[in-house]
Amino acid sequence: MKKFMTGNEAVARGAFEAGVTYAAAYPGTPSTEILENMVQYKDDLLAEWAPNEKVAMEMAIGASVAGTRTLAAMKHVGVNVAADPLFTWGYTGVTGGFVLVSADDPGCHSSQNEQDNRYYAKFSKIVCIEPSDSQECLDFVKDAYEISEKYDVPVLFRMTTRTCHSKGLVELNDRQEVPMVPYVKKAEKYVASPATARVLHPVVEDKLKQLEKYSNETHLNRVEMFDTKIGIVTSGVAYEYAKEVFGETASYLKVGFSYPMPMDKIREFAGKVDKLIVVEELEPFMEEQMKAAGIECVGKDLIPNIGELNPDIVAKALLGEERQTVSIADDKKVMRPPTLCTGCPHRGFFYALSKKRNVMVTGDIGCYTLGAAAPLNSIDSVICMGGSISMAHGAAQAFQKNNVDQKIVSVIGDSTFFHTGVNSLMTVAYNNSNTVHCILDNRITGMTGHQENPGTGFKLQGETAREIDIPKLVEAIGIDHCVTVDPLDLKAVDKALEDAFAFEGPSVIITRWPCALKKFSEADKKEFDLSFRQYKVDEDKCRGCKVCIKTGCPSLSFNGETKKAKIDPNTCIGCSVCSQSCPFDAIGKVVK
Amino acid sequence: MSDVKNILLAGVGGQGIILASKILSIGLIQAGYDVKMSEVHGMAQRGGSVTTQVRYGKKVYSPIIGKGQADILVSFETMETGKWLEFLKPDGKVVVNEFEIPSAPILACDAEYPQGVIEALNEKVDLTTFKAGELALELGNIRTANVIIVGALVKAMGLMDIDWELVIKETVKPQFVDINLKALQVGMDQVK
Repeated sequence: MKKFMTGNEAVARGAFEAGVTYAAAYPGTPSTEILENMVQYKDDLLAEWAPNEKVAMEMAIGASVAGTRTLAAMKHVGVNVAADPLFTWGYTGVTGGFVLVSADDPGCHSSQNEQDNRYYAKFSKIVCIEPSDSQECLDFVKDAYEISEKYDVPVLFRMTTRTCHSKGLVELNDRQEVPMVPYVKKAEKYVASPATARVLHPVVEDKLKQLEKYSNETHLNRVEMFDTKIGIVTSGVAYEYAKEVFGETASYLKVGFSYPMPMDKIREFAGKVDKLIVVEELEPFMEEQMKAAGIECVGKDLIPNIGELNPDIVAKALLGEERQTVSIADDKKVMRPPTLCTGCPHRGFFYALSKKRNVMVTGDIGCYTLGAAAPLNSIDSVICMGGSISMAHGAAQAFQKNNVDQKIVSVIGDSTFFHTGVNSLMTVAYNNSNTVHCILDNRITGMTGHQENPGTGFKLQGETAREIDIPKLVEAIGIDHCVTVDPLDLKAVDKALEDAFAFEGPSVIITRWPCALKKFSEADKKEFDLSFRQYKVDEDKCRGCKVCIKTGCPSLSFNGETKKAKIDPNTCIGCSVCSQSCPFDAIGKVVK
Repeated sequence: MSDVKNILLAGVGGQGIILASKILSIGLIQAGYDVKMSEVHGMAQRGGSVTTQVRYGKKVYSPIIGKGQADILVSFETMETGKWLEFLKPDGKVVVNEFEIPSAPILACDAEYPQGVIEALNEKVDLTTFKAGELALELGNIRTANVIIVGALVKAMGLMDIDWELVIKETVKPQFVDINLKALQVGMDQVK
């Protein structure tokens, strides 16, 4: 049977067909839908969200050691978080087949960098497999489990935004049940003490030699001979671009198994073509290794290592082809940057925070990163998941040590707090910095599309769970000053901030209101007044001061001719933030 | 260089572009084409631009196109058209649903919604415009606007032979089949 599937759907299907019984992940674009799609196979496997990628990786490692085929999935930067277990897992090897899906994001569609995670495979001495389309996502995952078990090695399954999110036709098969490997204690393999590690390292080097031999033989590395004037070595979705541009006017060595590289096969291929070109997205991962092996080729001197490729970029770089285009004047286009949604609970909090002067604000990763954008302009820095709290602490200590008087606030979401923010809060409490930490609890993992987290009360497969109580957790860590406020109540947020600034020592402000787009749970409906509300501008009272516009609500607009603000009745959900911001009491609740 | 046709759909999150692409893809698959569809939806739900690309032919390699490659640009929102125009072949077709959704800089009074977009387009390309929202309201359901746009696209691309009735039956709830079939026809009627 053929089905039209995204790469993410196909990976989930492939893992199911390969007999996987356990999978763990932390959501992150473009990887999120892999685990979400495994839920449909829950009769045969268990899929769970982890609070962060390191934990997901370790959950999956545990399941492999227990003897079953397992999968861990994360976005590229998530692998940074999971790198600690990954590198030692490369040494020990596996019991049940192990696949780590790394979903890279060339072009930074929704990421803070565009790192090329193929280097992680080389760095941690494990296998790298790169699919080019949805069918290969399914097929190669199944191959990956065979390779992982045969060579006792974890596999890094490297996808990119395009392989994750584009759809193609995929041939499906039945699930193959793989019995668990009976558990036997193997301290010499799995207790990674220095003594064991010293023994394991040469074993790993030997495995890599065997894997290179396999790389030269496997069907995952495929030669397609056509015209021999140009030979192209390519991998991942870049193969599709090269094929699109050159068709049968070039020959191809399509690398699906890209670490260890099939160097003999490449050398043989190079001997059959006049000129060798490497077409790969992002870094010269293959090119560098080929050049180090003495194979003459061109690559990144022509093809950019910045941003996402497409057929047009490849054609321009290699053939000098410039396609004709049409355009209209730039004044007919206005940017459309993402914004906080209408009714977003973060808006009230950020609006109140934006009124505070001389505050350094460290931010974090989630929808609330948009608090950094105009008109709220409330966040000064965002580096990584969980970083806001520890950065605020370090900054506070540095300012204090150098006798600089500076207020410091960190901003982090609920899911990101559970991810790694909680560790940071421990250092804040223990080292007692004079800082204010705001946990914006919108009762869901918002940006990636509403995944459950340890604070929501539900698990990935829909079962209920006991929520982690953030105020209790904060108290247990040792923070004495902790308040919970409604972020849509501007006065309450303002007071919470002022009280926290006045307090000597660390304080925490938790804002608690559900994401406006969330499918509300019964508990949400009980706790929050979510009844339908709407607001309207009284044009007689509106003086056109535009203060409400500074809340950045997409439902608010300003008529330049009448000099009046307007609320779109089709989208307003009555959060009331604009009404509270209005100095002339011109925005009132619609009474029906 | 090949027989592959490229469709670029553009608009704003929430306009039903993903569903429109799905309907289109299913129809093309049923007609026996190899099809690839690519979408960018990273932060689209937060009010950003959304585009999807549907490519079909005997054998499709790349899931995406570059500049100057689309046979047709179908825009669900007036201003979005200009932003994606450079992806169109110079002799390609443009279908625009005349509907204005102001973006954040416009709402914040930092910019004005551009005027004269349709006139500017008319000078450069083979253009079809209509107001799908108003046509959908005439039909009795605003939510059929995206299917009206699909209808126009089908006609413009000469894909009338595909059994769209079957596709609609497979993709929408039974009670909405009739109205969506009408919507498809209304869309087709917009294209000469």
